[in-house]
Parts: sequence; C-alpha cells; structure tokens
Amino acid sequence: MSEANKKYAVEDVQEADVQQLLQTNAMTTRLEDWAAWGQKNSLWPLPYGTACCGIELMSVMGPKYDLARFGAEVVRFSPRQADMLIVAGTITEKMAPVLIHIYEQMLEPKYVLSMGACASSGGFYRAYHVLQGIDKVIPVDVFVPGCPPTPEAVLDGVMLLQKMIESKQPRPWKDNWKGPNS
Amino acid sequence: MSQFEVLKSDVMQKFGDERFRFWQAHRNDVLEVPKDKIVEVLQFLKDSGKFDVLMDLCGVDYLGRDPRFEVVYHLFNSKNFQRLRIRAPLKEGEPIDSATSVWRSANWFEREAYDMFGIVFKGHPALRKILTHHHFEGHPLRKDYDANHQQSCKDVNPVEFEDGSRFQEDPDRDLLPINIGPSHPATHGTLRVMAALEGEKVIKAGVELGFLHRCFEKMAETHPYNQVIPYTDRLNYCSAPMNNVGYCKTVESLLGVEIPPKAKAMRIILCEFSRIIDHIVCIGANAVDLGALTGFFYLFELRERVYSLFEKLCGARLTVALTRVGGMSHDAPSGWFEDCLETAKYIRKGVSEIEGLLNENKIWMQRTQNIGSISAEDALAWGYTGPCLRAAGVGLDLRKTEPYYGYETLDFDVPVGTTGDVYDRYLVRIEEMKQSLKIIEQVCKNVPSGDYTIRDKSIVLPEKKDVYGNIEGLMNHFMLVMKGIKPPKGEIYEATEAANGELGFYLISDGEQKPYRLRVRPPCFAIYQSFPEQVTGGLIADVISILGSMNLIAGELDR
Repeated sequence: MSEANKKYAVEDVQEADVQQLLQTNAMTTRLEDWAAWGQKNSLWPLPYGTACCGIELMSVMGPKYDLARFGAEVVRFSPRQADMLIVAGTITEKMAPVLIHIYEQMLEPKYVLSMGACASSGGFYRAYHVLQGIDKVIPVDVFVPGCPPTPEAVLDGVMLLQKMIESKQPRPWKDNWKGPNS
Repeated sequence: MSQFEVLKSDVMQKFGDERFRFWQAHRNDVLEVPKDKIVEVLQFLKDSGKFDVLMDLCGVDYLGRDPRFEVVYHLFNSKNFQRLRIRAPLKEGEPIDSATSVWRSANWFEREAYDMFGIVFKGHPALRKILTHHHFEGHPLRKDYDANHQQSCKDVNPVEFEDGSRFQEDPDRDLLPINIGPSHPATHGTLRVMAALEGEKVIKAGVELGFLHRCFEKMAETHPYNQVIPYTDRLNYCSAPMNNVGYCKTVESLLGVEIPPKAKAMRIILCEFSRIIDHIVCIGANAVDLGALTGFFYLFELRERVYSLFEKLCGARLTVALTRVGGMSHDAPSGWFEDCLETAKYIRKGVSEIEGLLNENKIWMQRTQNIGSISAEDALAWGYTGPCLRAAGVGLDLRKTEPYYGYETLDFDVPVGTTGDVYDRYLVRIEEMKQSLKIIEQVCKNVPSGDYTIRDKSIVLPEKKDVYGNIEGLMNHFMLVMKGIKPPKGEIYEATEAANGELGFYLISDGEQKPYRLRVRPPCFAIYQSFPEQVTGGLIADVISILGSMNLIAGELDR
C-alpha cells in the first residue's frame, strides 16, 4: 500500500474530521431535495371515490384532464401501495371506520387530499348520517372546495400538494395526529 | 266503467268490508285498507291478475295523528299499466303483516321502513336495519328525530349474508369467507359484497348498503321545494338532470301547472343526453372491471363532450340543478341547440367505435354471455325496471307506456333483449343510446319558440333584471323566497323513465313551504335486491360482471 492511499484509510479518520466533513458538505439537504422532487412527481393516488365527486375524479383521470401529466397516474386501490389518499365524495358515519382503517394502512410518507364540500365539511348534508368533514377523523393536507370541484380545481389541489412536498412545509396537523379520537 | 270502478267493485265483492275506502287524488287511484287485511288484499290483487309488480313500499309518519304511521304500497300492472296506491294506517308500536309472502321484492323495502320508522313487519324473513349503521339508535325519518343529530360509528359489521346469518365453518366443506368493498375498485362506489366461497364457487352471498346514506328524504323535509332540487341532483349523480326533471314534474303535477313547450323540449334533450352519459359510465365501468381499460378512455371522451354542453347551458358540469318548479332556471344560450346536434353526431360515431371494440370481442362475450340471466317473470317479481328489465324481454318504457312532455310524438324504438344476461344488458344500453340520439336530433331540429318557464308569481322567481330594476320584481322575489312555494294539501306519485328504470317520487304536501314527506322510489334498489340470489351458485369472477351490469349508483341506492 502506497503512502498516499494509507492517508485516507477508514481507521485513520478522526471524529473531528467527520464533523468537519458534514459541516462543509451540503450533501444531506441535497439528497432530501432530490427525494422530495422525486416524491412530488410520482404521487400514487388511492381514489377513495364514494359519490358524485368520484365521477368527477374519473374525469380528472380521463383523457381530457389527464392527471398523468402531473406524474400521478399510477392509481392504486391498495393502501399499501399508495401515498396520496384522494377522498372524493360524502363520507357517512357508517363509512368513517373504513376510511380510518384505510388511512392507517397507508405507509409513510402519506398525504390526504379532500375533494369537494362533503368530504371537507359534510357539505349541504347537515344530516344525521353524514360525517361533518373527514378532518374529524384523519389529518387532511389539501381541501379542494366545490360540489363537485371542477377537474381543474382538483389539479390545482394536486399541484398545491406538490409544492408543499417540494418546500418540505411542516405539517403540524399530521404530526400531532394520534388517532381518530384525538 | 273505468278500470278503477271495476277494481272497486271486484275488491268490495271479495271483501265487502266497510272499512275499505276508495278515492282518486291527482290522477292516482288510492285504496285504504285496515292493516289486518293487508296481506289478503295484496294476495287477491296479485292472484286475480290485477297487479303483478310491487313498485314501492314505504312508511309515513303523521306525528300527532292517531293512528300515527302508515305503510304505503304502490302497485303496478305491467300489461295495462294501471297503478294503485294502498294505504294501511298503523298505530305506534303495532306490527303489520309482511308482504314478503306475496312479493319477494317487499323484503328490502320493508327493512327500510323498519329502519326509518321502526315499523315492525310480522313474518319478515330477516327484519333488520338496512341503511343506517349498526350503532344507530332511533328511527331517523320519524318526525321527532332531529335531522342534525349524528351518531358516530366505531367499527364495521362482520360478514353477514342475505338471510341475516353470519359466516360459519362447515366441517364437510372447505368454505372461505370473502369481503369485497365498500372501498374496492370493482364496487365503484360504496357497495359491500360478501360471499362464502367453495373454491371459486359462491355458496352464499350477501350485501350491505347504506354506506352512502345521505338522508335525502330527511333533507327534503327540511328544505323548501326549490331548495330540494340540488339534493335530487345527487341521487343518481351520473345522470343528474333526470332526477331534477322527475322531482319538478311531481311538484308541478301537484300544483296542477303545465310547463311551456320550450321547457319540455329542453328537458327532453337534457334527459336523453343524461341517459347517454349514464349508460357510458355503466358500460365503461363494467368493461374496466373485466379488464378492458381502453373502452373507458374512449367513452369518457364522449362524456366530456356532454359535460361541455351542460357547462355552456348553466356553468356546472355534473350536478347541474337546471330545472325549477315551473320550467327551467334559464333559457338556452344562442346556438346551443346546434351544438347539441353537433355533439349528437360526434357521439353517434363514438358509440359505433365502442361497438367495434366490444360487440364481437371474444373476451367480452365470454365474460358476459349467459352470465346473470334472468327470466321476464323473475325480473318483474323483483321489481326490475329500465334497461335490466328490457334486457329480460319486457318492453316496458314509461316514455311509451305513460308518455310525458310529448314523447308520444317522437319517433323512437324501445330495444328489448332475450335472456337478460350481462351481454343483453350491454346491447340494450348501446341501442338506447342510439335511440336517445335520434330523439335529440328530432327535438333539436324543431325547438318550439316561447318562454322557458311559466310566469306564475307564486311559483317562479322573477328575472334578475326585474328584481334589481323595479319594486314589483323585488317584492315578488322577497315574498317567494321568504314564503316559498305552497302546493295544496295532498299527495301524488309520479314516475319518469330514468336511465336505470322507473324513478318515482311520492310527495305528500301539508300545504306548507316544505314537503311533508318526499319518498324516492329508486330503480336500482329493487334491482340490487336480486343480486345475492343471482350470484349464488356462480363463479366469483362473475360477481363483478353482474355487479357492473346492474349499474348501481350508490347515491340513488342509499339516498
């Protein structure tokens, strides 16, 4: 082994050197950015379509509006394989435990997009069997208003979520979420 | 002697009971029967060949009256199209005999009346809740239940079959319980299907509904007549305008007003376009479930075209709320009818493309032919209407049998199938789309001139220019918004031919500004009832095929 190579052998690297290396090198943050860029452009949606909004969501996926242009065309019906839960439609009290179950099965990192007035607040169903907004049971990242929202509005919501991922915006609603009853 | 007179004398001859009452209200024939005689009467009416279909069964709560409740039956004759409403008053806490021994289609309807009103049906095979969740206490459609009183649900019901039994291991057979939905790609919506499998064969099946029970009927009772219209949009949201039309037609009939010819023409065009886009969703989704994704992209392009037309007319795409009691909300923009013709031409081309993709497609044929076959008698016994009934060979279409809005003057055919299987249903839907295009073309080429709404100040809001322009308009607007439309006391059942079949509205008015009771007769509710029986004995893969062909729209099914 030559003299020069020996200088960089692992056992010779001191703790101080590592600290110095980390301080002067931007590698860690760059990797995060890089991951965020990849993440935002390859969101895998789980279309939780329950009602009218589900039909409009079909249009979002369909040929005219084409969500694929934003990197989110790999629709997964298994929560294990999806990272963006699109709740499209009214969630009733009867449906709420199912929604919670599906959300809990999703792997991190995961995002929730609430599409339409019903999912966001119960909408104009101030009624005995309708959950008054899914944020009562799961944390929501983006609310898209409308009854149902136009496909453009949904695309806007997805783009907003992409910006949030890219800028690594803190998500206290998600971090503080302990469970549906918290 | 009229049909009603004949019926009256026959029933009185058979029963000769003083307590029977006959009358006619708003062109509906009504018979009031004491509750202890109800099954006998229903059996007699069925056996004597007077009525062969139980169209609807529902409860009504007349709080403060004695007897408090009423069970209402709507019967229909598929040969001469006669209808009869039977009312059976009932004291609180009193049971009534179940009609399931006469009509098996009464099963779910009775479960719903039990769930909503707490009416107990004696002799029902498995009386239990159907729409509300299993922790729900009380009966929400009772007048003393607060519409805004939610009750939370913490868990999901275990696997349960149609007869109310739970899954049990069988020592002799290797049975596997399977649960599909309510969140599953093949149930597009919120259906939950449960089955016990032996290998790939379905031994026992059951369904659970109510996952989209949005309390439509309660909401209708708490909103003024015109504000109910947006709620009707969300019944069958795949063809929203048809529900608007059905509801408004009912209220108009109760008010006794006739809408102008132009409004009729616009309603026909909207209805037929809606029928087309509804069939598009049904066929497209059915094909996607069987692996044919291409069809979805082809068909949704056509749907977008129709959305653009709606958007041009009112600004909304899906839930349009275009009609008002008395006509339309506003006039069509100039050139709209020409656009309709253009779109119709484009869709005609698209439909033939779909036929090219599917009609003789080997996989499609193997997955759909002789799957889910049903005989005409069975279909009627279950209360089938619409394309599913016509596929079974019964050419019933309200547009022909009880024409409205001038359908009788239009040239179109009613396609029928032979076996009632999934393939026939598909073919009937394709042909109906073509017939709808034919209707649209006829109407668009000959649009009547004149106003798009009636101008009755106690029914229709004035134009905005009058509201802001003169004091009479402003006062008229204020009075109508504050006091609302007040139809006379009475009740009416009106039905229109929606994309899924007979969409009926049973409206009871107490003379106030809100409906006292608005009952929807949802077509796919009756059709879905036959589902557990249809899939039992078949393969699990066929479950998906049959489910798709029934075109179950959760908004309409669960309301």
